Amino acid sequence: MEERKKQYVPVVVRFDTAGKMRPVLIEFDEEHKYPVDKILDVRRAACQSVGGVGDRYTCRIQGKESYLWFEKGRWFVAAKR
Amino acid sequence: MERHILHCDFNAFYASVEAQRRPELRNKPLAVCGSQEERHGIVLTANYIAKPRGVKTGMAIWQAKQYCPDLVVLPPDMGEYIRISKLAREIYEDYTDQIEPFGLDENWLDVTGSVGLYGSPMAIAREISRRVKFELGITLSIGVADNKITAKLGSDYRKPDAITQIGKDNYQELVYPLPVEDLLYVGPATSKKLRAIGISTIGRLAECPVEVLTRCLGKMGAVLHMFANGRDISPVQKSDHIPNVKSVGNSATTPRDLICDDDVKLMLLLLAESVAARMRELASRCTVVEVSVRDTVLHTFTRQRKLQVPTCSSTEIAQTAFELFRAHYHWGLPVRSIGVRSAGLVEADSGVQLSLYESDVKRNKWEQIDRAVDTLRQRHGYMSVQRALMLTDPQLGRINPKDGHTVHPVGYFGGS
Repeated sequence: MEERKKQYVPVVVRFDTAGKMRPVLIEFDEEHKYPVDKILDVRRAACQSVGGVGDRYTCRIQGKESYLWFEKGRWFVAAKR
Repeated sequence: MERHILHCDFNAFYASVEAQRRPELRNKPLAVCGSQEERHGIVLTANYIAKPRGVKTGMAIWQAKQYCPDLVVLPPDMGEYIRISKLAREIYEDYTDQIEPFGLDENWLDVTGSVGLYGSPMAIAREISRRVKFELGITLSIGVADNKITAKLGSDYRKPDAITQIGKDNYQELVYPLPVEDLLYVGPATSKKLRAIGISTIGRLAECPVEVLTRCLGKMGAVLHMFANGRDISPVQKSDHIPNVKSVGNSATTPRDLICDDDVKLMLLLLAESVAARMRELASRCTVVEVSVRDTVLHTFTRQRKLQVPTCSSTEIAQTAFELFRAHYHWGLPVRSIGVRSAGLVEADSGVQLSLYESDVKRNKWEQIDRAVDTLRQRHGYMSVQRALMLTDPQLGRINPKDGHTVHPVGYFGGS
């Protein structure tokens, strides 16, 4: 398997009136900011590849599905090395 | 009616949590150990790579490293273990509201009422096992039986990541050959007595006439006889059950040995502050103060004294504990660990016999000061306000016994 690392990322989040939150924009780095087109799934999950336990958001970003994790108040992705 | 009880036990809990969050350590022998500097340098949990190589819970780190030189030693992160334990509980709560924890890593679940919704107890166990693996990234062993004691034997039967059902059909086959020490409440002392009369397995215990056991062990003999026969009627407590607290205690193995009365006085004050704060949280006062002392050769003694008037003042508790210590310890050896316990708890606002003398006024003042300190600490952190005495010894004084204290399993019979 491709080697990955746990990378914490800044995320723009929208809270609706019920307090539900939805990640809107992932700021991977200065050059790469990805709008989240759709949230396909949210569930509690353990991240096998880089470690961590939290809420796993399955996001559609530029037509591709990828996971964004919310763990202890911080967002992370399993980034390619 | 037959009950359906699951006993869910995480495999090598602390080590598994560490390996989950640090994938680079997954294929290495791991041990989570107490901190060496503060002299709790023993193995708390070893993973399934370190265990077969001889690393055992309770071993000193240097010993463990002799068996396994490439052992990766990690400090414990109780906050994380408590978080994962709570998340596991959330999973259990999907299946029942009768969840009784036994330490951080073990729980009994009564799913008798849930089989109509979720299928057989085995199906529920498989579902829980799958979800824990997916959601928390760790494994557990589950025992399925009609009572708590047998369920616990089931979860111990096969590890890691296994489910064992023990019913009437396979009870004798699975349980009878097990060593008698596998049974809950057969500790070293009981084991010695049982083995002296030729009882070395649970089967032997089950078949032994109960009179012989009561003669040998007192009323526990009858209880153990029931347990060995797979009969246990104790209920799984509901999740919101708050047990009646009978005593509050705190103890510490200090970062260095205590060598004089001043050291002991400081530690007793520190511990008494935490004990008193916890009593105030419970809205109770104590009528008995107990001190326990362990010297450097691990000889331990405990002394207690009844108080004239119930109190929750840390100063008064510390003073009493110190008087007890002075009266009973003669400094043959330095002290390694020390504890304060307050017992005979009564409700704080229950009637109190007032005294004609001024000590009551003084006691009230001290309690008010304590309460003010509680509030300050709640807002600004434990170290925000301290007794000046604590600054005389930074090594001892910086211990935070209230939040730093670890969670131990409570007794099976509900007391503590």
